[in-house]
Amino acid sequence: MVQHLPALLVVVPLLTALSVSALSWLAPRLCLPLTFGCLGFSLASSVGILMEVIASGPVVYTMGGWSSPIGIVYVIDYLSAPILVVVTAVALINLVASSKQIDRDFSDKKGTFYTLYILFVTGMVGIVATGDAFNLYVLLEIAALTGYSLIGLGQPRAPLSSLNYLFIGTIGASFYLLGVGYLYIATGSLNMADLARFIAMPEHSSSTMVMFAFIICMTGLFTKMGLFPLHGWLPNAYSHASPASSALLAPLTTKVMIYAMIRVCLYVFTPAYVFGTLQISNAIVWIAVAAIVVGSLLALTQKSLFKMLTYIVIAEVGYMVGGFFLGNRMGITGSALHIINDAAMTLCLFLAAGAITYRTKSDSFSDLKGIFKRMPFTMTAFTIGALAVIGIPPTCGFFSKWYLIIGGINAGHYGFAAALIFSSLVNAVLFFRIFEIAYFQSPGDSKDHHHHGHHRHKDKMVEAPLSMLIPLMITALSLIVLGIYTGDIVTHVIQAAIPGVIS
Amino acid sequence: MITQTIFTSRPLIAVLVSLLVIPVLLSCRSKNIRESWTFAAAALKFLIVVSMLPMILGGNEIRFTLFDVLPGLPIAFKVDSFGMLFALVSSFLWIITSAYSIGYMRTLNEHSQTRYYCYFALSLSATVGVAFSANLLTMYLFYEMLSLATYPLVTHHQDAEAKSSGRTYLFYILGASIALVLPAMLYIFAKTGTLEFASQGFMTGAFSKQTLLILVLMLVFGFAKAGIMPFHSWLPAAMVAPTPVSALLHAVAVVKVGAFCVARVITGVFGSDLLLSFNLNTVICTIASITIITASLIALSQDGLKRRLAFSTIGQLSYIVLGVALLSPHGLTGGILHIVMHAFGKITLFFCAGAIYVATGAKNVSELVGIGRRMPFTMVAFLIGALSVIGLPPCGGFISKWYLVLGTIEAGQPVFLAVLLISSLLNAAYFLPIVYKAFFCTDEEALFKKKVDEAPMWCLVPLCITASISVILFFLPQPFLRLAEMTVQSIIGG
Repeated sequence: MVQHLPALLVVVPLLTALSVSALSWLAPRLCLPLTFGCLGFSLASSVGILMEVIASGPVVYTMGGWSSPIGIVYVIDYLSAPILVVVTAVALINLVASSKQIDRDFSDKKGTFYTLYILFVTGMVGIVATGDAFNLYVLLEIAALTGYSLIGLGQPRAPLSSLNYLFIGTIGASFYLLGVGYLYIATGSLNMADLARFIAMPEHSSSTMVMFAFIICMTGLFTKMGLFPLHGWLPNAYSHASPASSALLAPLTTKVMIYAMIRVCLYVFTPAYVFGTLQISNAIVWIAVAAIVVGSLLALTQKSLFKMLTYIVIAEVGYMVGGFFLGNRMGITGSALHIINDAAMTLCLFLAAGAITYRTKSDSFSDLKGIFKRMPFTMTAFTIGALAVIGIPPTCGFFSKWYLIIGGINAGHYGFAAALIFSSLVNAVLFFRIFEIAYFQSPGDSKDHHHHGHHRHKDKMVEAPLSMLIPLMITALSLIVLGIYTGDIVTHVIQAAIPGVIS
Repeated sequence: MITQTIFTSRPLIAVLVSLLVIPVLLSCRSKNIRESWTFAAAALKFLIVVSMLPMILGGNEIRFTLFDVLPGLPIAFKVDSFGMLFALVSSFLWIITSAYSIGYMRTLNEHSQTRYYCYFALSLSATVGVAFSANLLTMYLFYEMLSLATYPLVTHHQDAEAKSSGRTYLFYILGASIALVLPAMLYIFAKTGTLEFASQGFMTGAFSKQTLLILVLMLVFGFAKAGIMPFHSWLPAAMVAPTPVSALLHAVAVVKVGAFCVARVITGVFGSDLLLSFNLNTVICTIASITIITASLIALSQDGLKRRLAFSTIGQLSYIVLGVALLSPHGLTGGILHIVMHAFGKITLFFCAGAIYVATGAKNVSELVGIGRRMPFTMVAFLIGALSVIGLPPCGGFISKWYLVLGTIEAGQPVFLAVLLISSLLNAAYFLPIVYKAFFCTDEEALFKKKVDEAPMWCLVPLCITASISVILFFLPQPFLRLAEMTVQSIIGG
């Protein structure tokens, strides 16, 4: 049983998705418990595998007993194990937190929603676990197709945003597939470890086809992760979706794509090729700098909470891409650490925003007046999330930023370091602007016409339901816990995930 | 020198005491019980700090490492003579301010008092955390915690004025620390691989003069709580806060955290030898001198009493920076002692300003003509506080200023001597007329009747206590003088 966990991680949710689909006709009430049980199992097995990896090294699983490079292998190593935990934990926490929202938004389509939800998680888990470049494409499409549907189920404008996402996303995935195709032509293999062996050979590392494969693969992944200037699909897709969907998609999609980028660069194309032979990394870091600056500035122009958060996501993508392509140990550590931290931060902020819209029915800034009085616990969690995004210690956001900036300094790339500082400052403005509205103004105000001193708000507390609040609080707390345990995460997991050749 | 390093968790407990009392404060139903808990926490915090004093005076050092938050870079506490001096002052004055808060907040019937006491407790945790930090990262952590914890206190009134002041406050304090301190700290860590304060600094030889100059400027300006111009505008803006906040935080805890951080960076990061060899300390002295003179001149023109006090504070903070940056034994002693002396003097002045506001509603200097007839005790205390800040005997401020003056001569910098003397005259010019007009005026001029009608006892007693201590410190400057001397000894190496 235990040795089959890597396969079960994908197979169990896949089968559960089918059962949930069937149950939605027979016994709709059982859908939620079954989904919950399935994701609970996924989380538990991910944690189990992570422990196993820390204790005794990477786990390799051959599907159906077909050994590589013929068969499909699943490789759970120091890089994928922590991301697996993040994916399954985010999915489970959001499921609990969003159950009321799901009841409200999808009362007649709950079975469909849960089915898509589980299938999406299946795709994400598979992308992280697979050791096969083509299999990665298949799972990418599973996650993407379910993601389009989850978004399309949202508010009236969501189908259009989803269609837009579908067009761009499909192009991105096709690019990746094309790249894998070229690699297959050049090497005759699809297995990642096998490909890496081929690319290390001089005849392949100097081949134009391999170079083209790299560029087109990366372009595809950059599109899927929403790296500026390929980010156009992201803001509308995430802000028009139901909060129940966006709190799942926003923390996971971009981060897992960045994981895929790291995986493909380090374990398919090899560090020597990507950072040495190609001489392209400096240019990509500058694109990331642009992503950070533009994302931050566009976030400043937004007038509603979810839209603002989506532009922050775009800036954060720049953090991770830039950090990775610095090509030194500190930068890559920061990038990998930020996948974990940013997933937690984004989840926290999206859940808080979801809780607010659950009560206020709107996420525009003008409807946030006096929200501190009415939803103090939600806003406490939101504040912690905001501090993490700004990068205030001891929240986790500070420490990944720490590694990223040191990486920038070590690489002599001061533009990247400056962009990160700039983005922190803009984030401070973004969030304290919301705090001002939420703290100083009361819902009745049309303008600031308080007379000096001792007014009291009469508004009553209308907190979100406990089923939202408890997961939100756990997420907020995890931001501090992750921050405090940064040292352990880095030394025991991430350092082992980065190949020794990178200094 | 340091005979022994003692490992105990007491510094951590001293930091946590005020943090742990917050849930208790939140759950209290009655005001009296809530305030008792505040007192209990304040007293306990002070006692824990005092309990470490004998060890420090015995020449020991206390260390406690919490955990390695980054590999090789722990959240760690270190209690040395400098940190002890600062922690003693701030934790003691928290007790007094808690009493004063009761008088002020209840008489004015302020809203959200529980929130007020909670953030006050949080601020004090952060203050003592800064005092006991063993490395730059820990200090930065508590520095930011303090910035954020004081924001709800500054904006307590939640009106338009509070909102815009809060914005200024964050813009300078949070903005400067993220934009200047953070990159400087990261650069230093990337190049040296450590952030641990050392008595001689830890950056010897690895940097060019230009790089060092930029780093020095980034750190001196970046700790904007020290109010060095042009990063001072947040302090006058923050005067919109309730007066106990201005008194403890904006005359003692917050601003001195700024000065303390600058002093720590000068001595513990760069080290006196390095700065002297590149003559960079003169740059810091010059910046501080400009602030001293400019702030004193602006203070002259302020009619708002608290604003005048704020500009006075900006000038006096730069005394500390100037004294430390002279890097001569007496200059250092004077700068460090000034943290204590100015704290007691300025908190008295703020307490008086608050007491006047509580009793009469007056906020401006021009409204205080003849107030001595109505509030004689308050105004005598005001006089003592003013004398101490000006630096006249028989008040504690004289001692620190004496050392500062000696320090400038010792360092061979007569220009800075002139700055100190001119500033003292300006201090006298903006404080003494207030006292003079309060007592000596004709009956027609006087705005107050001759009947004594002071602020409530909860306000009056604390300000009398701090005024008395200001006088006592002139005669008995121990243990602060000893702590300052010990600090200087470890820096200069004597």
